Amino acid sequence: MKFGVVQFPGSNCDLDCYYALNDIMQVPVEWIWHKQENLDGFDCIFLPGGFTYGDYLRVGAIARYSPVMTAVIDFAEKGGLVIGICNGFQVLTEAGLLPGTLTRNECLHFICKQQTVRVENIDTPFTGMCKKKQVLQIPIAHGEGCYYADKETINGLEKNNQIILKYCDVNGNISKQANPNGSISNIAGISNKERNVFGLMPHPERCIEDCLGSDAGRLIFESILIYLEKKNILFNHKKTPS
Amino acid sequence: MNSNNQEEKDLNSILEENDLTESEYKKILETLKREPNDTELGLYSAMWSEHCSYKSSKPVLSIFPTQAEWVLFGPGENAGVIDIGEGLAMVMKIESHNHPSAVEPFHGAATGSGGVVRDILAMGARPVALLGSLRFGRFGDSHVKYLVNEVAEGLAFYGNNIEVPTVGGETYFLDSYQGNPLVNAMCVGLVKKEDIVVAVAEGTDSIVILAGEKTGRDGVGSASFASRELEGKEKEIEHPPIPQGNPFLEKKIIEACLELVNKGLISGMQDLGAAGLISSSCEMASKGNCGIELNLSLVPRKEKNMTPREIMLSETQERMLLVAKKDKQKDIGEIFDKWGIEHTVIGKVTSDGILRLKEKEKIVAQVPAKSLAEDVPIRYYNSRVPAKLKEIQKLSLEDVSQPADFNQALLKILASPNICSKSWVYKDSKKISAKGTEVVLFPGDDAGILKIEGSDRAIAFSADGNSRYCYLNPFVGGEIAVAEAARNLSCKGAVPMAITDNLNFGNPEKEEIFWQLEESVKGISEACEAFGVPVISGNVSLNNESNGEAIYPTPIIGMAGIIEDFDQLCTMSFKNEGDLIVLLGENKEDIGGSEYLKVIHNIEKGLPPQMDLSLEKSVQDACRESIQAGIISSAHDCSDGGLAVTLAECCVTGKKGIKLEMNAEIRNDALLFGETQSRIVVSFPEKNLDTLKAITDKYEVPMQILGKVEGNSLKIGSLVDVEVEQLKKVWESGADNE
Repeated sequence: MKFGVVQFPGSNCDLDCYYALNDIMQVPVEWIWHKQENLDGFDCIFLPGGFTYGDYLRVGAIARYSPVMTAVIDFAEKGGLVIGICNGFQVLTEAGLLPGTLTRNECLHFICKQQTVRVENIDTPFTGMCKKKQVLQIPIAHGEGCYYADKETINGLEKNNQIILKYCDVNGNISKQANPNGSISNIAGISNKERNVFGLMPHPERCIEDCLGSDAGRLIFESILIYLEKKNILFNHKKTPS
Repeated sequence: MNSNNQEEKDLNSILEENDLTESEYKKILETLKREPNDTELGLYSAMWSEHCSYKSSKPVLSIFPTQAEWVLFGPGENAGVIDIGEGLAMVMKIESHNHPSAVEPFHGAATGSGGVVRDILAMGARPVALLGSLRFGRFGDSHVKYLVNEVAEGLAFYGNNIEVPTVGGETYFLDSYQGNPLVNAMCVGLVKKEDIVVAVAEGTDSIVILAGEKTGRDGVGSASFASRELEGKEKEIEHPPIPQGNPFLEKKIIEACLELVNKGLISGMQDLGAAGLISSSCEMASKGNCGIELNLSLVPRKEKNMTPREIMLSETQERMLLVAKKDKQKDIGEIFDKWGIEHTVIGKVTSDGILRLKEKEKIVAQVPAKSLAEDVPIRYYNSRVPAKLKEIQKLSLEDVSQPADFNQALLKILASPNICSKSWVYKDSKKISAKGTEVVLFPGDDAGILKIEGSDRAIAFSADGNSRYCYLNPFVGGEIAVAEAARNLSCKGAVPMAITDNLNFGNPEKEEIFWQLEESVKGISEACEAFGVPVISGNVSLNNESNGEAIYPTPIIGMAGIIEDFDQLCTMSFKNEGDLIVLLGENKEDIGGSEYLKVIHNIEKGLPPQMDLSLEKSVQDACRESIQAGIISSAHDCSDGGLAVTLAECCVTGKKGIKLEMNAEIRNDALLFGETQSRIVVSFPEKNLDTLKAITDKYEVPMQILGKVEGNSLKIGSLVDVEVEQLKKVWESGADNE
């Protein structure tokens, strides 16, 4: 099992992701430079938060054209797990791996705070360890986190259970008051139809230890690990008959 | 007019343009043994400005204690460095960006952060935390509102982009800052001891590399701008263009420079801050006892037709100057290329001690590097006790009527913009992060905390300064600034280790202002001695005046301490129903200079609270030892707003009520809102009372049981009875209500 953390110029949650994987989850992890064109051997790729290429023009818009993204698109199409956090989510929508887009927060300010989100779908590689409708406390820190898509796309997301996380209050109620940035349907995280690409605005890598105020983020990491372990067992099992 | 007069007039106007005195000009003539050309005059003007040279404050600052066993680098480097054990060093520095923030608050504040972050980087350290100390004018004033919002956004914008969290700080609103806000930014970094880099040029086979942004005219002359009074006409008159920050580039520079440091490729590094290229190059040459020769034709520029003077004085942000052995040039280039950072060899290190500037083959300036950086003509000023000091210190308690309703008084004080929760200022800043070598906790408590990854230990920081106290008595105000910063750390269980100070004052040529500076520095020094905490870096910002009126003297003390065991970390919130609440220290009748007097009676007079440094130290030692003994549930110090505000904050953050019986022989308003120093409120399970008593006895610290954590209201005898929910509402939204 091997994880990769992509480093774009301007990535700034890359160290946090690496730390979470390497030190806390203690799994093999490697840096992937934004110019790298080959992702052979990786099982899961992290697109970390930050301001890729300064986020000039539009968030994630320049990163989408970097050499590594061509490889990431290819990797995802072959079924590899890709998770984009915050700016990583924005890059995934720009790259067309996830539908919709992320626009300026409704309040027009950068927001940084602890946020509660409700897990809407636990039948994914990223949320398998969560309980149905579980409320997780995960910090957010973004200026452009307002999820937008046209009605048809939202209907499609709902129909296919692609909405994975929704902003909620501490009791799990989905309301306008609990929506920090004006996202349609309180959307905090979505996956693609195939469930192997996941984008979310909250930062699970920033709440992986009690001393950080919450370790709810571990559930996301553990879900990925368990999923990959199971998959590898199946895979190796199929291979062994030779 | 005869030609002699003409020449004299010319010289006078030249000196005025360059902000140099006649005797300073004479000194230049003696050094060069000839007349300086325009470029050289510009170099001296910038390097001998107060902002770069501290020429008026130097004699005063010399009394700061700067030595301790754990100090690796004290004042004089880009930032101070202390040994924190386990092979690690901590780097800290505070910087002001007052004048730029007055004119262009967003970019002024942003580049203030960027600059101090590069100071930390220049020592080879990874910047890990920022603190902001902000002062604005009248709360509610529309221009002040604009300044606060823009400054907060600017700090957040820069900090978030480079992912350095704001872990603490303080914000005050006082009329005295109406025309001259203060924006002080403090940064802390961590570095492996063996990776520390200093700003020194050495070895004649060494090259000088300029990396980062292309050089433009932004900020040319800023060092002298910063050293002048604001006249309130900055928007109409010409001032140097305020540099703008590019945090995206800064982030890449941080990563690239740390990679260079990590691979041992460079021998010296300095950021380009005030007075840009001239300041960084002459200081590196001077420290290395060598010279530097720069070819200005090689400096990448973003504007056309720049003169040598403009190139040398430009304050374009996000630039670093590096010195390295020639054979490392290729490796360094590869790392900068990888990160997409422009880098150019612009010169070399020489052995003759001369700073030589060329344009192609033509020499455009050559002066001894030391004459710019070290042989600064000191300006000695006279000091005088302010004429109205006696009057402002006079306060007759009989003239101060006690509030009829203490509940309302408490709510009003809690809602004051200087007391209420500052989360509205810091809401935009990065708070929570886990990052390879460190972990950061939330601001809003007495101190910001940073856990050292892979170790049981943590670092705690705080920034403090009460300018009203300093206005009424600068010596005591200086002492209290240090004592309170240390008290905030002690309430976390941390041992205070080092100070970085920022001295914000008015025009030192005015005798009364210089007296304030002298007295404050004396007070700070006494307190440093008492706590055994050295000053390891700092900054002086003078001429903070508008329309001839100086700001209140505002020394800001940034302090760092070590927590030996992170698991013992103590916070201020009340935790358990039934816990005893105990006051360490004594309540006295101190209401002079208090927030209570200002908010309830609109008086800024009287003597500030007295400071007994030995009692202060004992109270802090007792508190720290109790925390380390694991017997305490919460600890919070008494400061602005007094005991009632301290208790309210513990209740609100802990969502718990209290019931206290207090019999004091002092006035009720002094009991509740007086700002007597050397007091800490702790809470703990009753079974630990004997252990606590043993500790307070050992340190001879007075203690009294105030009551218990109980119910949902804050009840103090028959004086106060308010629901915690209401306190919380007022405390959290205080700033919105105006």
